[in-house]
Amino acid sequence: MISAYLARPTWLHRLPAGVKLIAVAVISVAVLPVTDWRLLMLGLCAVVGVYATLGREALLHISALRPLVPILLGIGLLQVWTDSWQAAAVSLLRIILMVLAADLVTMTTTLRALMASLEPLLRPLRILGFDPERLSLAIALVLRFVPVLLAQWQAREEAWRARSSRRRPLRLVANFVAETLVMADHVSESLDARGFSSREAVKDKPRAAATDPSAGRDRE
Amino acid sequence: METRHLVRIALFAALLAVLGLFPAFNLPFVAGVPITMQTLGVMLAGVLLGARYGTAAICLFIAVVLLGAPLLAGGRGGIGVLAGPTAGFLIGWIPGVAVTGWVMARLVRLPVLWAAIVASIVGGIVVVYALGIAWLAFSAKLSLQQAALGSLLFVPGDLIKAVAAGCVAEATRRLQPSLFVRQH
Repeated sequence: MISAYLARPTWLHRLPAGVKLIAVAVISVAVLPVTDWRLLMLGLCAVVGVYATLGREALLHISALRPLVPILLGIGLLQVWTDSWQAAAVSLLRIILMVLAADLVTMTTTLRALMASLEPLLRPLRILGFDPERLSLAIALVLRFVPVLLAQWQAREEAWRARSSRRRPLRLVANFVAETLVMADHVSESLDARGFSSREAVKDKPRAAATDPSAGRDRE
Repeated sequence: METRHLVRIALFAALLAVLGLFPAFNLPFVAGVPITMQTLGVMLAGVLLGARYGTAAICLFIAVVLLGAPLLAGGRGGIGVLAGPTAGFLIGWIPGVAVTGWVMARLVRLPVLWAAIVASIVGGIVVVYALGIAWLAFSAKLSLQQAALGSLLFVPGDLIKAVAAGCVAEATRRLQPSLFVRQH
């Protein structure tokens, strides 16, 4: 699956996930009261410097900010118009600094390591009937079914385009949603049939079912 | 929680991701503002799954995004999303979907189409924007009025999506009546 994760190991990969998360939290809180744009510029240069030490591939990842550009432009223009260019610079630099710092964690930490580092935080929720094992099953199901559903949607859209030159109607989305929910019931029947309804069974082997894409199509 | 509910929640979260991957289409009257189907999915989660399971589906989706999967419309993901100026709109989905489901359950006397539209507007627009605007103002050091003014640009698109959510809910009820057990 596509991801912002850097496959090539770097020095930041070796740092424990918890340390990186705490560092990002500290940085984010520390830059909030700063109102001097020159200080923020310095901080941003430092963060980009860290990107540089991770290699060219990491620097290219900065382009992941592109979806933010229109919103940042809007914020900047609003502030130049009602306040001053310094205020605009402070806001934009702070946001970019915080986002880039947080992205460093995503780029250098595997999903598994992140979840493991968060586990101590989730443990108290057990008292409320929340089961971390079921959460990992749910996360595995989401990641497994995104490509399955995407393929189904594309097949559906292609079939529509082959038959009509009109835009795809909303009915197509309704159909897709309804069938996804039907598929969910089939998948859960398959999971139950394989003994995943009891807690012990979930602890045993949750991944086998979660990674079996044919589970949902058994009955179709 | 039964396996059935767990899987529904997970597949709805996956659906939300797929809706975000649809090509965005531009609104005719607010040129250049792309709208995606992802927020339509948020409204549908409340309308179709109800407050409890809908909220669980949205929380699961947000958790997967924060863990690093680039599934937000536009392809963003990871904890950096929380640092962005629009994080309030994302976090606002959680109370938004809860309110959508709650309102939907209160409007059992209305036809599904109208109940879903009203629920989507109250939960998916009013609640989400309240949090979104507050965070935007804090994050970008704007005044609340400025933040609200900037966000207003997206309201027409979201109104269209609320109507679309109503139509999809109605069509889903016809296609799969068994799925559509309305909570009281």
